[in-house]
Amino acid sequence: MPLVKGRKITDDLYPHVADGAELPAEGNVLVSAAHFLENPEALFARQGKVGVIWPNNRDVDDLVPYLERLAVVALVFPTFRDGRAYSQARLLRERYLYRGELRATGQVLRDQFVFMLRAGFDAFEVTKESDAEAFAQTVQRYSVFYQPTGDGRITALHRRMQLRHSESAGL
Amino acid sequence: MYAYDEIDRTLVNERVAEFRDQVRRRLSGELTEDEFKMLRLQNGVYLQLHAYMFRVAIPYGTLSSKQLRRLAHVARRYDRGYGHFTTRQNIQFNWIKLAELPDALADLAEVGIHSMQTSGNNTRNVTSDQWAGVAPGEVEDPRIWSEILRQYTTLHPEFSFLPRKFKFAITASAHDRAAIKIHDIGLRLHKNDQGETGFEVQVGGGLGRTPFIGKTIKPFVHGRDLLSYVEAIMRVYNQYGRRDNIYKARIKILVHELGVEKFAQEVEEEWQQTRDGALKLDEEVVEDIRSRFFYPAYEKLPHMPDELRKAAQDPKFEAWRTNSVFPHKAQGYAIVTVSLKPVGGPPGDATADQMDALADLADRYSFGEIRVGHEQNLALPHVARRDLPELWKALDKLGLATPNVNLISDIIACPGLDYCSLANARSIPIAQELTRRFANHETANLIGRLHINISGCINACGHHHVGHIGILGVEKNGEEVYQITIGGRADEQAELGTLIGPAVKFDEVADVIEDVVEAYLALRSRPDELFVDTVKRLGVEPFRERVYATR
Repeated sequence: MPLVKGRKITDDLYPHVADGAELPAEGNVLVSAAHFLENPEALFARQGKVGVIWPNNRDVDDLVPYLERLAVVALVFPTFRDGRAYSQARLLRERYLYRGELRATGQVLRDQFVFMLRAGFDAFEVTKESDAEAFAQTVQRYSVFYQPTGDGRITALHRRMQLRHSESAGL
Repeated sequence: MYAYDEIDRTLVNERVAEFRDQVRRRLSGELTEDEFKMLRLQNGVYLQLHAYMFRVAIPYGTLSSKQLRRLAHVARRYDRGYGHFTTRQNIQFNWIKLAELPDALADLAEVGIHSMQTSGNNTRNVTSDQWAGVAPGEVEDPRIWSEILRQYTTLHPEFSFLPRKFKFAITASAHDRAAIKIHDIGLRLHKNDQGETGFEVQVGGGLGRTPFIGKTIKPFVHGRDLLSYVEAIMRVYNQYGRRDNIYKARIKILVHELGVEKFAQEVEEEWQQTRDGALKLDEEVVEDIRSRFFYPAYEKLPHMPDELRKAAQDPKFEAWRTNSVFPHKAQGYAIVTVSLKPVGGPPGDATADQMDALADLADRYSFGEIRVGHEQNLALPHVARRDLPELWKALDKLGLATPNVNLISDIIACPGLDYCSLANARSIPIAQELTRRFANHETANLIGRLHINISGCINACGHHHVGHIGILGVEKNGEEVYQITIGGRADEQAELGTLIGPAVKFDEVADVIEDVVEAYLALRSRPDELFVDTVKRLGVEPFRERVYATR
């Protein structure tokens, strides 16, 4: 499954270690939430960065104590129709100010890229190769956004205010 | 009227381009039907029994004559020459070809109409009182806030894949014409002691398989906090609403299972974290939206002009005026309801020719504005009373002056098994037969206000639970049978109807309704006791006896 980051297909630097499998001696790892919560300190003590795959039915509050030390949080879309991870993403970015990689995983399709970017995702395990290739083009579909989110794009309401103010200032 | 600016237009055009690309990928096989289904639903496209159905939003029920003409054009160019107005201020076209849909959308986008989120598990068209801005005694025009909500809910990055569909309705009048208590979020605009605008917030109303009346979770949310409070509700629902069972996925079930206090508390806790954030509406932003609604410059006109006095001698005109003409906030003006319920016709249908002609009449008599109500009728909101006789003649020629507004033949009905792939039973033929039975205007007038609502399946698109008389079609052993409820209502005193007895066969429905009505006429305490009040006073028992004694 291709990984898109920085709007292009890149190598995945976080090998997924299945539950029960042996951890590599060193290097980055991406582990399940259950695995991670068993002994987070042991994972952080290793040589290499840690990422966690967080299920969409578990409060992200439980992750808060570890956010500064986590390099990747991967949120799950079991199907693209299940939108819980959008709320989790916004909470991580906007309330808990998580700055590491926020990865979308599961059924990640082209027609959700813009929503995901707006919710704060910056890495995408894209289901189809053709969708991954179309990433850069697809995310330019929209230039107008009605809602404020943590991605900082200006909303329609505020753009109108700016236009109005610049008109009244005679600019 | 709200006028789109360049920003709104750009977004709608970008949406059309996106959908054109999605349709192209579906037709080329790049997208599977499973993947495409949700994308088309989010653009109002259903696959029905015979063809694709296309649902277009009419936000808060306000249309310009130019927009209505464009709907007529879509009906004529891409469909079979008619459209169907729904209970949620939408219009549906039943015979659209998938390959032509992007062009139809592009034609609509030119006049600021779209079909975004008229289906799918997202926030649907924000509906409101069809008399908004013209009703006497209204606190404030609720469409300003409806438009703010329309923008806020359109392509929301967090809430486009909710557990299930999600519907808002807003009213600002004491009499609720928007049925807010049967919506996921119902907002009642009112003012606090300081004279500031805010909303009583009701949550968890809805019909379908498990009907509930909405419950108040906060008596007053200040206007500036409307969006942050709504976002808190949606966020709680998005995270905790059930996704394991489609029939338990609406917010009403979450509110019911958590209990309203606990739900309100969850929302409150979430809201406290965000209420001072980016969603706070400052007065300037609200003013900007308000400034893009146009209000007509009314003339100073007499309440009782000569034209009206003269026309009052014509009993046919008077029959129409009494039932279709309503008080307006401006002296000398009236609100005119245009009945889409002709005797023998499918409720809520209008032909392309009727739409075009009505757009012309709106230009001549109603400052170019038309409204759509959840009862599946249209309205002309700014008619000078002196023009009523001429308008009536013109409407009558078009078959749009049936004098039955709010009477027994003003029936709400879903498309039913004639079109809908979810339906178990036919709705339209039942409605048609009932309008024939009660075609006599004297009889209908004698009966007085009585709403019959018909749904062809448990999903309740015809709002049968809240009809004064509700008719629900179900399938039993391969046969269509109908359950009859009485005593429901959808207004500020919303209530669910009560079943009067075992289901009856298709051929018996009209007879049973006649029996119910006869029982009412015999039981009412005075001629002006409405059907629904008699049921409230006596309960269903005397009606049950009457209907089933001989069956």
